[in-house]
Amino acid sequence: MVLNMIDLTTLEGKDTPGKVQQMCYKAQHLHDSLPGLPPVAAVCVYPTMVAVARKALGNSSVKIASVSTAFPSGQSTREIKIADTKFAVDHGADEIDMVISRGKFLEGEYSFVFDEIAAIKEACGKARLKVILETGELCTLDHVRMASDIAIHAGADFIKTSTGKIQPAATMQVTYTMLMAIKDYYDQTGIMIGMKPAGGISTAKLALHNLVMVKEVLGNQWLTNEWFRFGASSLANDVLMQLMKTESGLYQSADYFSID
Amino acid sequence: MAKKNTATPSTEWNYAASPESTAHIRLEKKYQLFINNEWVTPSSKKYFPTINPATEDVLAEIAWANDADVDKAVKAARKAYTDVWSKISGAERGKYIYRIARMMQERAREFAVIETLDSGKPIRESRDVDVPLACNHFFYYAGWADKLEYAVPHKKPEALGVAGQIIPWNFPLLMAAWKIAPALAAGNTVVLKPAETTSLTALKLAEIIKDSGLPAGVVNIVTGYGDTGAAIVNHPDIDKIAFTGSTNVGKMIQRAVAGTHKKTTLELGGKSANIIFDDAPIDQAVEGIINGIFFNQGHVCCAGSRLFVQENVADLVIRKLKTRMESLYVGDPLDKNTDIGAINSKKQLETINHYISIGKAEGAEIFQSDCSIPSKGFFCKPTLFTGVSQSHVITQEEIFGPVLTIQTFRTIDEVIQKANNTPYGLAAGVWTDKGSRIFNLTTKLRAGVVWANTYNKFDPVSPFGGYKESGFGREGGMHGLSAYLK
Repeated sequence: MVLNMIDLTTLEGKDTPGKVQQMCYKAQHLHDSLPGLPPVAAVCVYPTMVAVARKALGNSSVKIASVSTAFPSGQSTREIKIADTKFAVDHGADEIDMVISRGKFLEGEYSFVFDEIAAIKEACGKARLKVILETGELCTLDHVRMASDIAIHAGADFIKTSTGKIQPAATMQVTYTMLMAIKDYYDQTGIMIGMKPAGGISTAKLALHNLVMVKEVLGNQWLTNEWFRFGASSLANDVLMQLMKTESGLYQSADYFSID
Repeated sequence: MAKKNTATPSTEWNYAASPESTAHIRLEKKYQLFINNEWVTPSSKKYFPTINPATEDVLAEIAWANDADVDKAVKAARKAYTDVWSKISGAERGKYIYRIARMMQERAREFAVIETLDSGKPIRESRDVDVPLACNHFFYYAGWADKLEYAVPHKKPEALGVAGQIIPWNFPLLMAAWKIAPALAAGNTVVLKPAETTSLTALKLAEIIKDSGLPAGVVNIVTGYGDTGAAIVNHPDIDKIAFTGSTNVGKMIQRAVAGTHKKTTLELGGKSANIIFDDAPIDQAVEGIINGIFFNQGHVCCAGSRLFVQENVADLVIRKLKTRMESLYVGDPLDKNTDIGAINSKKQLETINHYISIGKAEGAEIFQSDCSIPSKGFFCKPTLFTGVSQSHVITQEEIFGPVLTIQTFRTIDEVIQKANNTPYGLAAGVWTDKGSRIFNLTTKLRAGVVWANTYNKFDPVSPFGGYKESGFGREGGMHGLSAYLK
């Protein structure tokens, strides 16, 4: 289940089509010596790499998520952010991971943040929108909660903790706070919002902690990749290692698990 | 784990049972009285069984002390006081107390398991709260033993002599520590009686006291029922009675010691108010409400058993509270996942059920979580009553179980008046984002302890005790010493 919830991610300045193609293959062939494994939920790339990923994935069920809105800082104009988003969608992105303007948020310009999310949501068209709060820059749980509420009400399909570029990222406290915001919204409206903790969840054990939290706060219906994702690059191999261990009773060397 | 090939793997995960092992504990079949650092057969020749309230199995037979046995214990304590304990320096006393604290820590796991077996409280609490706090009380008071003149400035600190101490069954080891540690630090000797349903950890503590080399007779532990307690209260050579328990027994003790030289401290019942304002962090407050009333199955004298919620957030708070109650695990106290363990005794379960039926008869609306409870042993589902007022019996009398009553209020004056409208005054909780409101309330609530944005938080440094019929005298902190000094 964990594997199927992963957004396999590469978001680096040095990303190349080659790197993205390799990752896309891995996304569908996590560990072929263990038959029957599901693919990951999505690959997460920069807008310029969306077309490459689209080609590499073909008709696969693996979705393409693209970061946008001047990721990771979000320091750009509304026009550029909308264009950024449209570019990714036009090239075949199924999902958009946008960042909020943390500077504006901390200035108290909450309507600006709200309007921006709403504008990007419109630009997304059919693509699902994940809103990255970058909780490491919001600093307090009160801020996290308020940003969650703003994102949800502005039209987010998912709320997401972090870009992965700032520490701390997806801590249990932050994820819990965001899950509570989702729960309160669901209790009031009956509308489900997805959750994506990203950054720092690199082991199967941490993933399990998160899943238990989701189950206990939101319930079983959230335990699918439609409503819950892990933003992670190294989690998959740890889960694979644990799976192989349950198969064989022995831990294998990390060298037996492909790094793409 | 088999290969997972489906898009919809099962999400019906249940926690596997995770019981703490009992293999490492040592329990005797029969326990004698601990007098003069020796195990003494009771002259009554009588023993009574102590049971595990979660299974109703007998754990051990416990000696039942009569007047003659108590007299023997008091004589031993007097002799130890006169010959040894009043003569050695505070620093020396401190060394013994430190040693006891360290030995308790070393055997913390055994203490936690035995406490859970004998009292029914979840292992999570005995392991994380009762035992570490009990050790901390010894550590804390050990530090005071040679600094008493700073605790009571402008006075020469002098011990009282022999202290008779009677403790309840809700926190057996912790209450023993609350009583013994300050008494020893202040230079008194002790005759302690644990509650009849929970003698075991006090007797294990006696083993440590013996092993620690504490001079014989400084701490004596006599077990038994109410008659044993009465023998301590009425013994003419006792200088001080410290009692924690019900208000009824407290009143009896007060009558019995009237006109004698005995000093007393009484820590009695409570019906404490937990107050939620509309600006409170609601989710945290809900956790606080749960902790306030369901901690230790509600067997807590300062339990937040009267909940006051501001009317404009009442629906929200009650809805969240009910959801949270559904996620509480009720069952095997030894299981590390268990939130609510067993009710301490059959008698107490009957009392609780009696109050629940009164609540229903009074027309209050009852809600119990939808959990299953074991068929054997004494268990009670977490319960709350809504639609109640100050005039309901269930909001007036102490239930001492996992039963919460919820009232709403509109204004701050109204809630202060209602919170104080009780013969008790042990504790209160206030939940609000506003600091000035907290200070306003803490000065107006007639309660010994007021917690702000938390509940049931204990520390050896902080004094604890009641107003009105919740008793008098303070335990813990520097204040706890004056109860044992002239």
